Amino acid sequence: MDKAIKRYFPLFALPTLVAFTIGFIVPFAMGIYLSFCKFTTVTDAKFVGLSNYAKAFTDGTFGHSLWYTALFTIVSVLLINVLAFAIAMLLTKGIRGTNMFRTVFFMPNLIGGIVLGYIWQLILNGILANFGRTLVYSATYGFWGLVILMCWQQIGYMMIIYIAGIQNIPGELIEAAKIDGATAPQVLTNVTLPMVMPSITVCTFLTLTNGFKLFDQNLALTNGAPSDMSQMMALNIYDTFYTRQGFEGVGQAKAVVFFIIVAVIAVGQNVLTRSKEVQQ
Amino acid sequence: MAKNPDNQVSAVRKTKHGTALTIFFTLLSIVYVMPIIIVVMNSFKRKAYVNRYPFKIGTGKMFVGLENYVEGIKKTEFFNAFGYSLFITVCSVAVIILCTSMCAWYITRVQTPFTKAMYMLCLFSMIVPFQMVMFTLSKIANMLHLSNPVGIILVYLGFGAGLAVFMFTGFVKSIPLEIEEAAMIDGCTPIQTYFQVVFPILKPTAITVAILQAMWIWNDYLLPYLVLDIKKYKTIPIAVQYLKGGYGSIDWGAMMAMLVLAIIPIIIFYIACQKYIIEGVVAGAVKG
Repeated sequence: MDKAIKRYFPLFALPTLVAFTIGFIVPFAMGIYLSFCKFTTVTDAKFVGLSNYAKAFTDGTFGHSLWYTALFTIVSVLLINVLAFAIAMLLTKGIRGTNMFRTVFFMPNLIGGIVLGYIWQLILNGILANFGRTLVYSATYGFWGLVILMCWQQIGYMMIIYIAGIQNIPGELIEAAKIDGATAPQVLTNVTLPMVMPSITVCTFLTLTNGFKLFDQNLALTNGAPSDMSQMMALNIYDTFYTRQGFEGVGQAKAVVFFIIVAVIAVGQNVLTRSKEVQQ
Repeated sequence: MAKNPDNQVSAVRKTKHGTALTIFFTLLSIVYVMPIIIVVMNSFKRKAYVNRYPFKIGTGKMFVGLENYVEGIKKTEFFNAFGYSLFITVCSVAVIILCTSMCAWYITRVQTPFTKAMYMLCLFSMIVPFQMVMFTLSKIANMLHLSNPVGIILVYLGFGAGLAVFMFTGFVKSIPLEIEEAAMIDGCTPIQTYFQVVFPILKPTAITVAILQAMWIWNDYLLPYLVLDIKKYKTIPIAVQYLKGGYGSIDWGAMMAMLVLAIIPIIIFYIACQKYIIEGVVAGAVKG
């Protein structure tokens, strides 16, 4: 049978393959190559070895953006997952209005990052004005502003995933634990949490990568102000490419470093939490 | 979604915390929608007051009616932006669904080192952040004259293929081969087999993929900003960001109106397809 299908390669697989080559494979391969070159457009590349990487690592703003991003990611992953899980637990108790609450909490997720950034810029600046401050007063305000924004955006999404996970737990399991005399906290740590481990894997993966790759919200909320102190990695790379003349190569080298970090985190996280999942 | 809602509801209605929780979540819901209400409120306020008194209701001399909307629509050519956003999102999603589902079926049914390599590359592309390819991708798109709303569809197909192919392949693997073989024995060509037998089975996955991709493409800012010729074509996120202009010179009145106009289509879409969106997110997460 696959012989018959095989002849249809041009129709079935070729369109995607061509687009995938143009949209991903070629830009990726060229990106790796260009990170070792000096260039302003892709056609005038001159090989310079590792000097772009050397410049990237000695660039103070890049190091700062790395720590800022890492710290932001840790804080937002913890907050979003703990709050989303707590809300999911409460919303699976079957209280009145559950569906409406779910609808409301999920909604901000559909709004784009740029729009979210300006909504929260208005609100947070409005609140901070009472204390004579603004979001760009220091990087700390920008940091917590971004954390609040991301919580608002993502808690609903993660909550939906946790609710699905909690509802998949067989009721007998919890009954049995209760009959055996388990207290509510014991049921939570010994039954519920291990059983929703697949959801935890997915949600930590999503929040981790979303946090690390964050760009639109950062651009719209503070755009790195004051003086690049609230700049995250994606924005730092973007600025290196498009606002500094002659730094395209350094930008590309930073992008490669960024890619490696994201890849290591994504794969590492998956290995780590998957190993904690229990067989059902 | 609920496996046994009756069971759960009856079990919990008995608890005395039920009402307290409902009140708590009602208050939390109000807090949750507050940011949007505040933006709507401010969109009717004179621009000088928006930033100064964001939490006051715009009455009396603060109230300007639809002035901000008129101003914002004029400045950003909002209806053009809406048209481009809609066109790009709908066409890209349609093309992605059609092409990647066909591709996924092909690479699952025809097992060669080449198709296996393609699948691995699709998986790999999912962990590559956009910044890695943004510069080279935008240059290549310019060189190939893809800097227009039609050309960008190809770029979206290329960059969105990873996730879509991955999800479709996961589902195709679970379709029993016998169904397709029966169709083939009855004289169906692979094209007929695909469109009359396989694709209808793939429909739930297609909806999931469509929703995830639509959410991404509609809200995407950086890719269209770098790929499109933005003097001619602005999508909604680009139009909103364009309002910012030079440093510190935001027309907050027009900005508020644009934010409201940007949110309205999303809310309508959400209310209309809520069930599919939430199911799509869950299904996508389970397979991801």
